Amino acid sequence: MTGKAKAGTASANGRNLPFIYRRYDHAQLREALRKMHLIRQFEEGAEESYMRGLIHGTMHLSIGQEASAVGMCMGLSNEDQITSTHRGHGHCIAKGADVKRMFAEFFGKTTGYCRGRGGSMHIADVSTGNLGANGIVGGGIPIAVGAALTAKKLKTGNVVMSFFGDGANNEGAFHEALNMAAIWKLPVVFVCENNGYGMSTSVARSTAVKDIADRAAAYDMPGVIVDGNTLSEVAEASQQAIDRARAGEGPTLIESKTYRYRGHSKSDRNRYRSKEEIEEWMNSRDPIALYEAELMEFGIIDRAGIEAIHDEVEREIAEGIEFAKQSPAPEIANLEKYVYTEPA
Amino acid sequence: MDAATKTLETGTRELTYAQAIQEAMAIAMERDERVFLMGEDIGVYGGAFQVSGDLVERFGPERVMDTPISELGGAGVAVGAALTGLRPIFEFQFSDFATLAMEQIVNQAAKMRYMLGGAVSVPLVMRFPAGSGTGAAAQHSQSLEAWLGHVPGLKVVQPATPEDAKGLLLAAIEDPDPVMIFEHKLLYKMKGHVPEGHYTTPIGKADIRRPGTDLTIVATSIMVHKALEAAEKLAGEGIEAEVIDLRTIRPMDRRTIIESVCKTSRLLCVYEAVKTLGIGAEISALIAESEAFDYLDAPIVRLGGAETPIPYNPDLEKATVPQVDGIFAAARDLATGVR
Repeated sequence: MTGKAKAGTASANGRNLPFIYRRYDHAQLREALRKMHLIRQFEEGAEESYMRGLIHGTMHLSIGQEASAVGMCMGLSNEDQITSTHRGHGHCIAKGADVKRMFAEFFGKTTGYCRGRGGSMHIADVSTGNLGANGIVGGGIPIAVGAALTAKKLKTGNVVMSFFGDGANNEGAFHEALNMAAIWKLPVVFVCENNGYGMSTSVARSTAVKDIADRAAAYDMPGVIVDGNTLSEVAEASQQAIDRARAGEGPTLIESKTYRYRGHSKSDRNRYRSKEEIEEWMNSRDPIALYEAELMEFGIIDRAGIEAIHDEVEREIAEGIEFAKQSPAPEIANLEKYVYTEPA
Repeated sequence: MDAATKTLETGTRELTYAQAIQEAMAIAMERDERVFLMGEDIGVYGGAFQVSGDLVERFGPERVMDTPISELGGAGVAVGAALTGLRPIFEFQFSDFATLAMEQIVNQAAKMRYMLGGAVSVPLVMRFPAGSGTGAAAQHSQSLEAWLGHVPGLKVVQPATPEDAKGLLLAAIEDPDPVMIFEHKLLYKMKGHVPEGHYTTPIGKADIRRPGTDLTIVATSIMVHKALEAAEKLAGEGIEAEVIDLRTIRPMDRRTIIESVCKTSRLLCVYEAVKTLGIGAEISALIAESEAFDYLDAPIVRLGGAETPIPYNPDLEKATVPQVDGIFAAARDLATGVR
């Protein structure tokens, strides 16, 4: 794994400090924590609203994967773009979306990012560069390559980051897209968030290689493995890949090894993994707990500061849900709007 | 010169259908920096049907981009490029290969704008060399336009003439939404009048190629020419067929068809794709649901492709899709009341 320096071995003023402590100031580091809390509480709020019947359909929660979403996006500008997945709430928030409009979308309201047409699985915020979650496994990967082609042709200097899961690495789209990005040296970063399972099927049962990052070799690009639950490791690998992409040196594949606490979707009975396995990740590898411990050890925040962030986020979530509740529903008469572009 | 082409040649400058498409792409690339071509072997090879020809020499490999043989990935790249500000024209080497890219066409390109509540548009053009008659057998000869015509969010056109091939392509490039263009491979070498310079043919508008009073023949693509040839023969027997070139199958020009059937009281649909669950069914239902139903003097007749893959043997291949004699016979029987 990259980013060998661990909080326990780093000295507060030494060169061995993990990457993010060298790169970002305290306010930025606290903001990263706030975003991780925001993602977790957003998803807990969405889950609760679903249980209470306020949100219909289904949703795929990324609780446990917050460091991966936030760390990957830390080095991206607002103009840089991402494509995301069915498990995309974290990416959307990490890229800068407003949870009010996300909740409104989940509630199917006109004030939602997709005016109630997309829901959880198609959440997008093009104003912050999020080209959209995707209901098709691997669907966003070639689209990200296309966006990177635009960046190269129009010389925008933008980088595109494509998030996908371990399941997508066995889709043809993954292989075709990585190959094209490599032959055309496009400014794209491929991020495989490996949470161990494609729905119920483990990576060991579905994938011929032990590490998905090894597949980068087939496309002559760097393949990097990070501990997806350690924010600094994620951010460091991401920054290197972003710098490489922006310098015109081509794509990188990063495998972010992480874990989802919740089931695949709302129909999951968790019959393919043990309670012990889930608890082991939750109790000893929780990305938020790990990051908080690090921040406190380096004196960047104290317990009261963490609680203040938690409370502030709690208020933001409550306001978001209230905003969604109060927002108007779409009119049935507008059912066919947005299928085609209306004549100007 | 056969009757069909004579009807179409009203101007002086003639181009082939393939040349007309190439001219449209060149004009679009001259006018708009964002327009570029993607596809397999469209560069120095010139495209499997020489449609892109020497465009790579004029515009360079950055704008006439050879892709790997990756239809799904390539289509996705085109979708992503269109989504973010470019205007790609993606060529499938054969329309059959669209089956490899259905995910990106159907789930992504067609639905992106809707799923995002109008926040984006996908100004993408895809070109599909389609149809039988080249001896290429079952996997290189299909007519799959109705598949894509079934998907809200897409527009689907089938130009039948060089003039429309150019005009519809220029309209497609300027359209803010994804437009799928099905080009019949046997038409690529057909010559016809093509106006100079920039012009567009409206998407969603059918064209009455031959006015008539005794029956309406709605045809698509190459079948327009076969229907016109049959119509000339019918005229020799005193039957005046009105031949409508549908041109766009989605959105369909319902009004032109309905008005024609109200006038002629008889309808024959002619298309190359497999007969069932296709364009003929849609047009028949359209008439059954409209005021034209009351004007019908005979049951609607559909002539479509046989319920079989396209065979290799040339006689079998020919027998798979409607031909002039069959159209003539069906139209005569329909117009004279023989059932």
